[in-house]
Amino acid sequence: MSTAATTETKPAAPAIEKIKVKIDGREIEVPRLTADWSGKLTPTTMIQACELAKTDVPHYCWHPKLPVVGNCRMCLVEFGTPALGPDRKPVINPDGSFKIAKSPRPAIACATPIAPNMEIYTKTPAVKQMREGVLESLLINHPLDCPICDQAGECKLQEYSVDYGQAESRFAEAKVHKPKAVDLGPRIVLDAERCILCTRCIRFTRDIAGDDALGIINRGSYNTIATFPGMPFDNNYTLNTVDVCPVGALTSKDFRFQMRAWFLKETKSVCTSCATGCNVLIGSREEKIYRYTPRDNDAVNASWMCDAGRLNYKWISRADRLKDVLVRGQKSTWTAALNELSDNLKKAPAGSVAIIASARQTNEELWLISKLKTKLGAVSDSIARVGDADKLLVSADKNPNTNGARLTGICFTEMGVNLQKIADGIEAGKIKTLIVFGENIAKHGVAKSKLRDKETVGEVVTEHTLTPELLAKLDTLVVSDIHANETTKLAHFVLPGAAHAEKRGTFTSGKGRVQKFMKAVEAPGDAKAEWEFLHDLVHNVTGQNGFVTIEGLFNQMAKEVPAFNGLTWQALGDTGVTVQI
Amino acid sequence: MAQEYKLILKHADEPGYTPDIECYLRHGGYDTLKKALAIQPKALADGKTQSPQEFIRQEVLTSGLRGRGGAGFSCGLKWSFVDRKSGKPIYLICNADESEPGTFKDRQIIHKDPHQLIEGMIVSCFANDVKLAYIYIRGEMPEGAKILNAALKEARAKNFLGKNILGSGFDCEIHVHRGAGAYICGEETGLIESLEGKRPYPRIKPPYFPAVLGLWMCPTIVNNVETLCNVKHIVAMGGSEFAKLGTPNNTGTRIVSLSGHVKRPGYYEIEVGKATLRELLFDKNFGGGLRDGRQLKAIIPGGSSSKVLKAGEKFKLKKKDAEGKEILVETDMLDLPYDFDSLAQAGTMSGSSAIIVMDDTVDIVEALANLSEFYAHESCGQCTPCREGSLWMNKTLQRLTHGQGRAADADYLGKIADNIPGGRTICAFGEACSWPVQSFLAKFKDDFVAKGKADEERRAKEASEPKKLEAAHH
Repeated sequence: MSTAATTETKPAAPAIEKIKVKIDGREIEVPRLTADWSGKLTPTTMIQACELAKTDVPHYCWHPKLPVVGNCRMCLVEFGTPALGPDRKPVINPDGSFKIAKSPRPAIACATPIAPNMEIYTKTPAVKQMREGVLESLLINHPLDCPICDQAGECKLQEYSVDYGQAESRFAEAKVHKPKAVDLGPRIVLDAERCILCTRCIRFTRDIAGDDALGIINRGSYNTIATFPGMPFDNNYTLNTVDVCPVGALTSKDFRFQMRAWFLKETKSVCTSCATGCNVLIGSREEKIYRYTPRDNDAVNASWMCDAGRLNYKWISRADRLKDVLVRGQKSTWTAALNELSDNLKKAPAGSVAIIASARQTNEELWLISKLKTKLGAVSDSIARVGDADKLLVSADKNPNTNGARLTGICFTEMGVNLQKIADGIEAGKIKTLIVFGENIAKHGVAKSKLRDKETVGEVVTEHTLTPELLAKLDTLVVSDIHANETTKLAHFVLPGAAHAEKRGTFTSGKGRVQKFMKAVEAPGDAKAEWEFLHDLVHNVTGQNGFVTIEGLFNQMAKEVPAFNGLTWQALGDTGVTVQI
Repeated sequence: MAQEYKLILKHADEPGYTPDIECYLRHGGYDTLKKALAIQPKALADGKTQSPQEFIRQEVLTSGLRGRGGAGFSCGLKWSFVDRKSGKPIYLICNADESEPGTFKDRQIIHKDPHQLIEGMIVSCFANDVKLAYIYIRGEMPEGAKILNAALKEARAKNFLGKNILGSGFDCEIHVHRGAGAYICGEETGLIESLEGKRPYPRIKPPYFPAVLGLWMCPTIVNNVETLCNVKHIVAMGGSEFAKLGTPNNTGTRIVSLSGHVKRPGYYEIEVGKATLRELLFDKNFGGGLRDGRQLKAIIPGGSSSKVLKAGEKFKLKKKDAEGKEILVETDMLDLPYDFDSLAQAGTMSGSSAIIVMDDTVDIVEALANLSEFYAHESCGQCTPCREGSLWMNKTLQRLTHGQGRAADADYLGKIADNIPGGRTICAFGEACSWPVQSFLAKFKDDFVAKGKADEERRAKEASEPKKLEAAHH
């Protein structure tokens, strides 16, 4: 048995002293210190206290994951602190409460620390008037082009206009005109007229992405976000600025003008581009994916994701998707194909079957494969993908579920060490059946004599000696994949699989975070989630049953795989659980 | 009759007085620094020892010196807020970004007597354990920067600056930093950002109070040129002697910049509160009166940001009667003593002590439009109310002064201005740009309404006149 799963990655911090404040007349105890954008404990601010009290304080520039600048002034509130008598001690009212001295000036809730027994007033007429004033100021020079703006529907200007806007503008002057459709970089377009100059984008790219690429030029109302001359805004995190932009100033070239935000169905999922496992929302409509956006998970990706991962979704709807079950090149049905395959496998002598699974498959799928492996006495492995890592989110391991493959026993810690053994087995005629999931092995197969020349350094997919010539020696090659490729062409059985966005399941990230993802769109044609047909195959070959739902499957796996002991599908929640790896 | 009292400018305007160090030394220059460095630790009644630094700081507090930059905050108190336990270096910055329209006092010191400022700074640095100080000088004053750099070089050569000053063991260096031409750099935290090489966006307070988190996030003192010169005189004459100059709570002298429609515009150093606005405008020692045949219309009493005073306005001023009882005395605006507190009681401020005089030839709407254009140009644009409000007000005023006014514009303008001040903005620029508008409207609303109405009538008339028939064919 392994160590019990934990939901926290860090050891529990020492208890933080609580202090009492009153928010709109309601007393609440809040911690004296709260983690700031960088995770450092700093005095709790009014806006953080209000969040704990579930009191909404409108804001534009404040973002919990970015340094506080206090420039939008939307979060201005009134407040008071206990009045001090001549003896410098708080004056007590006859009813025992503190006499409160109301501050003559408002304060920005985002930057003002709370003090014991402070009273914060977020609903006074003065506060409402200040918010109205700020909103009016933000709108006078705004183009008000919501009908053609991509942000419409998820725009903070629109949202706060409902509460603090005026139906009619009293602005009688000419608006300030600024650059529109500015090509800031390869993925970002700026409409400077829509910009409210909150500087979230500047802070994100400077303080989070570490690329001081954006700044403000000009003065006053003519202020404009800009890059340095001749320096495109181009790092691997630029698209996060589109997310943090509270208005439609920064738009994604990939998404702009593609779909109204309110038509998108949002599905909680996980990015598959590397082992980090950034939590994402898949925005889809009518079985088509339009965008990924990062989903908050402080244990994994905070609120961010890389551009490469974000844009890595188009393969899902590519025209060369496998849609049919093929048996020896002929279109077949799942029932027929699985029955024939099951019969073959049941008859196969021990040690005559090898399995190459993919670390892009889910924990559940890998676990089902491991059941086949055990029953068949098969040798198994998977294919490593290695690339460059960065300091923020990108992992060198480009497989989303390397740890899942390890923990379910599909491969050893060093992925790929069995590949040579499999190649040798085929060469020797000992291995007659090879089952391949989601790996185009024929493409990366290199003759053994040449393998040394082309070491794996810098290659995304590790090369191995399973060449097409070698695969041709097999009696049975079973391939489950998503796209047609060199390997599916050689296969006797082609089983069309589903992309992660088309199924449910879990991945175990590079740091051992077990995270579930939900289904956003339907798989095309006869394509099917691998766990669904694997369940049938495992049943046919091993006689084991009981895994017809993903929840049941996961929970059974959690019982049997030591690392996952104690987990349940439900308890994973939206943000997952970290296990010992 | 009120007289000038020359403390800071005692020598500057004497014939033959030059800004070089030899001349300064001939006039007793750097004697105060020597005096300061020679102060010995003093045993106090409670058994504790007062260090020379604490002694000077106490003297400054005793002197009642109030900041000469604009806010009039107690210099001694400002110094007392400095975090001296952080273990970080303490910086001192001389704010020489004199940019408030109407103000031209600091440049007199810089151009004519730079060593006085430098001596004041070294003494202030000594008092605050500062080893590195900066003079942040307005970008538009290149000559002043040259003079200061030359003076610093001279002071270094004579070991008034540098390592082990005059054998005292005290090290101090001063650098001149030129601004790039932005009014907002006069705001102390904007100045600090600019000095750090960044865009001069004023910082939010809390948490970035300069006394704790200033330059490079270290404790920092930012004082005006004239204030730092005063420190020299406080140490030279003693805090309580200094406090005898001027009036209670308004001690010392101030250099008043007098401009506009007077016969003798210029700078005049007075004991604070010892001259009234009337004297400053009309006495032959000062403004010498309005130009012949003109009537006073208004005074902007403390730099362009201060609220305007209308000729003939009356205020109730708190005064003490013969028995020491506080009474309210009705006072004409011209009879306001020119100090911090009286002007505050009149709802305005002495600010940077720049008096702008406007006679009856002034179109008050044009005057405000001029000011407003300045503020719209100088708003840094960091926070919303000021960024958008300053330009909005300017656009309205430009419309009003270009024949496109509306009678309703007076109220309209007032509502725009009301959305800016009162702590809604990061820095005091919000007040600076809206107070003139609010006060001009409060006191001269008829001028605005009349102008807008005239425009409306003219436009209506133009619209009703039969249009000339255009030739149908060419």
